[in-house]
Amino acid sequence: MKPVFVALLAACAALATGASATAATLDNIKARGSLNCGANGQLPGFGMPDAQGIWTGFDVELCRALAAAVFNDPQKVKFVALTAKDRFTALQAGDVDVLIRNTTWTLSRDTQLGLNATAINYFDGQGFIVRKSLKLNSALELNDAAVCVQQGTTTELNLSDYFRANKMRLKSVTFATLDESLKAYDTGRCDAYTTDASQLYGVRLKLAKPEDHVVLPEIVSKEPFSSFVRHGDDQWFDIVRWSLFAMLNAEEFGITKANVDEQAKSDNPEIKRLLGSEGNFGEQLGLTKDWVIRIVKGVGNYGEVFERTIGQGTALKITRGQNALWTKGGLQYAPPVR
Amino acid sequence: MSEPAGATVPQVPLWRRPRARGLFYQVLLCVVVGALAWAIAGNVSENLARAKIASGFGFWNVTAGFDISQTLISYSAQASTYGRAFWVGLLNTLLVAVLGIVLATILGFVIGIGRLSQNWLVAKLAGGYVELIRNIPLLLQLLFWYNAVLKALPEIRESIALPGGGYLNNRGLFLPDPHVAGGGTVGLALLAGIVAAIGFGALHDKLGSLGRGAPRAITTVLLILVPPAVAAAVVGVSVAFEFPEMGRFNIRGGLEVLPEFVALLLGLSIYTAAFIAEAVRAGLLAVPKGQTEAASALGLRRGAALRLVIVPQALRVIIPPLTNQYLNLTKNSSLAVAIGYPDLVQIFTGTVLNNTGQAVEVVVITMAVYLSLSLATSALMNWYNAWITPAER
Repeated sequence: MKPVFVALLAACAALATGASATAATLDNIKARGSLNCGANGQLPGFGMPDAQGIWTGFDVELCRALAAAVFNDPQKVKFVALTAKDRFTALQAGDVDVLIRNTTWTLSRDTQLGLNATAINYFDGQGFIVRKSLKLNSALELNDAAVCVQQGTTTELNLSDYFRANKMRLKSVTFATLDESLKAYDTGRCDAYTTDASQLYGVRLKLAKPEDHVVLPEIVSKEPFSSFVRHGDDQWFDIVRWSLFAMLNAEEFGITKANVDEQAKSDNPEIKRLLGSEGNFGEQLGLTKDWVIRIVKGVGNYGEVFERTIGQGTALKITRGQNALWTKGGLQYAPPVR
Repeated sequence: MSEPAGATVPQVPLWRRPRARGLFYQVLLCVVVGALAWAIAGNVSENLARAKIASGFGFWNVTAGFDISQTLISYSAQASTYGRAFWVGLLNTLLVAVLGIVLATILGFVIGIGRLSQNWLVAKLAGGYVELIRNIPLLLQLLFWYNAVLKALPEIRESIALPGGGYLNNRGLFLPDPHVAGGGTVGLALLAGIVAAIGFGALHDKLGSLGRGAPRAITTVLLILVPPAVAAAVVGVSVAFEFPEMGRFNIRGGLEVLPEFVALLLGLSIYTAAFIAEAVRAGLLAVPKGQTEAASALGLRRGAALRLVIVPQALRVIIPPLTNQYLNLTKNSSLAVAIGYPDLVQIFTGTVLNNTGQAVEVVVITMAVYLSLSLATSALMNWYNAWITPAER
């Protein structure tokens, strides 16, 4: 009896005091030798393993950029495929170091979940896809329609809002994963499928006959996508936030994967600061001086990543639109490195 | 001192008395377990607070904001709370579990008895059913039924019109919804009649017979039919059907049965029936062969022998594993999440958890619900088992 009792007491004490010391995320990643990144897994163009099992996509490249900044090797990432409904729990529980999974930044996600959104990496909005045979011109004609939607998303909530605001009746059918909800739409369970506009083009390619479906013109919500990290580790928060800003700044100064070594010799003080030949900004983040060179060499600047994964050269053919740099009429704007 | 010898209790110290010592250790164990639980709860809430994750049950009264495809109680995205969504999910779970248990029991008994049939074909078919169904994972079966149900049925614009004003398509089954005025009273009367009939039947079985005056079949029918008829005559009943109508996209109005529900109900019933069939077969085989021979020696036909002699004895063996299967079916209904049926897990630990981020509270509540359902089922079945056990002589 006695040893058991002592063991129990010890367990109590351990529980009461334990877990108070949360080690820095960056140290954990370095000790582990790879970054654990929460990604989509089913979304063409943003996060999905290809036929060879190699992860590709816009969000995936942002994960690789982080790995490049930390390890100087964009391949040192372990991707964890998460459904919309499980993604926050996985990050809260520490299964992943960062969540880069087309996740909308909202107030309650900042305040209620113990997570922090770092910066907007993609400006999006919600749209609808329907069959051409329905001959619809507007989402406002969807009264009484059955709509397939993925569970646990802002999309699900916006859908209710939009139908309610326009006094339309809705039959929503929800599924836990993208593939299930899309399959249900494809088999005719629903009249429309709704998700973020960026995804509509990608998921359309997954349908049995993509040419039979059309994306409706309405964008019914603001969906600013952000990376998320756990609350309470400001250093890691800064690294995730500034690795995106570094890519945006690189694009602004015309620094590309091809010319980064050449640009490192530039006399432009802004480029010198960005690429680490002046100041110690990389060290301030807990990284190395050449952190931006590592990122750009590893994955390229923001524009390069965009074009390579979802841009005109890809099957998705998404235009930059709001995601163009502020200098080109878009919304993407990164604070300066100084 | 004139006390008789042996009257004095020898003074044993408290800590050496078995009873006191036993009590002490029991109390100690309780305290330790309680302290452990307290420490865990405190630790969790402290860590949640430190990570700035919302905690507590305040979310219960917050507006939900999402829609649910099947609601047995009134629910709307704009007016209803997360708490209401919980009840919607729980009722959906109960609906599929209760109907599933009824269907699985009927099917399971038929298959189980069929497996022992002297008809070669029937026995082999029943055996094949059991071996096939219980060796394929339930999740695969659910996906099979869902996709089979969805794909085999026509698109909405090519709906099969059913006689009587219903429709069948890949969005579900749409039936005329009877709105019965004064139906509540009649329903209650019907319920009372059924309860009375079951009570009568039970008494009849238990006592052998209620004298000469009460033939079983007629009394049962009368007990069920007379109360609602009287109630209907007194209150006055009119039935108005709400017919489903083809709208721009969907069928509106009427009674709607979702394909997700049908797939889940079919999958759960068929899967569990295979296990129940085995329990039934085991129970029947556990009754000594002499009982069958005795029954036929008394001149009972096979059906009568089964109903009056074999099954009552077999039930004692069947009920405990049957209870297990009922519990399994209820718990397995949470696989609904895979095919989009809005059960408790899909709504509550799915959308509500995700929207509120309060994993600990939501999961604890859900576990408590399944635990309560299981304990209630098992208590009910234990009571039934004790009740049907024939008196030992």
